[in-house]
Amino acid sequence: MYGALWRVLPGPWWLRLLILLVVIAGILWLCVYVIFPYIQPYVSPPPPETVSTNKS
Amino acid sequence: MAMTDDGSGVGSLRPRGARARRRVSVVGVLGEILITAGVFVLLFLGWQLWLQDILVGGVQQGQAQKLGQAWQNDAIPQKQPTNVAPIVAPIVEKAPANAQRFAILYVPRWGKTWQRPIAQGVGVADVLDAIGVGHYPGTQMPGQVGNFAIAAHRHAYGGGFEYLHQLHVGDSVYVGTKDGWYQYTFRDIQYVQPTEVNVLQPVPMQPGVTPTDRIITMTTCNPFFSTAERMIAYGLFDRFYPEAGGPPDAIAAAVKKG
Repeated sequence: MYGALWRVLPGPWWLRLLILLVVIAGILWLCVYVIFPYIQPYVSPPPPETVSTNKS
Repeated sequence: MAMTDDGSGVGSLRPRGARARRRVSVVGVLGEILITAGVFVLLFLGWQLWLQDILVGGVQQGQAQKLGQAWQNDAIPQKQPTNVAPIVAPIVEKAPANAQRFAILYVPRWGKTWQRPIAQGVGVADVLDAIGVGHYPGTQMPGQVGNFAIAAHRHAYGGGFEYLHQLHVGDSVYVGTKDGWYQYTFRDIQYVQPTEVNVLQPVPMQPGVTPTDRIITMTTCNPFFSTAERMIAYGLFDRFYPEAGGPPDAIAAAVKKG
């Protein structure tokens, strides 16, 4: 998978590395600001943080 | 012609059989997918346990600072050193609408510029996750005789009260509103069950008693990473600094005008 990706990328090795680093940075940004906040409630649902009232 | 000599092209002298076999290996691809999934899970953990609080905490800090600066810019500037300002009765506002930011919490023990917005209500999704610190509806307002009770996450979603256990007796805790700054002095910490609602009484733990003191109560989860118990920090009202006189020295760096 990654071997094939490396062969598909154009240019000399340093350009491929640069492209990969940019792509990885983009994926990380997407994870931190979009994907992780979205899946967080499903992975670890936040419990009621406050002291609960008598009626609930 | 498009293929230049980059060491990996057709001109390579390495045995082609080994390369070709590695390229089509199903197990190899499956392994790479699994490793990728593992890295993703590790990244998520690192984000949830550590990075998120830094990022979200920074956002909440910025929101609080903007709010404080807006109040400061609205006020009429009046040169009056705070340390000789006469002691005045605190202004008590009416309770605002749910999820409305009406105050800022300053805790110098947690950093010279540490501040978080306080909004009305303790809804998990609309206040505690989204804004930071929530004010228990039905408890008193800043400066009012009784109990100004607030809650925040210990961890995740900004972790507002992560360091609640690090307060020292005598530490000042400030609540800023558009009227001025209310100084409270931290007194003690109590550990209770999540069902112990009496910590929110006007006189904490003494239901039905008429209050004479102005108290701040800060509640959060305990132990860290868990929600089994609640940690309750109490403080006593010290004095009120009106907006016109400028902020007290201890939080001047946090409040500074924009």
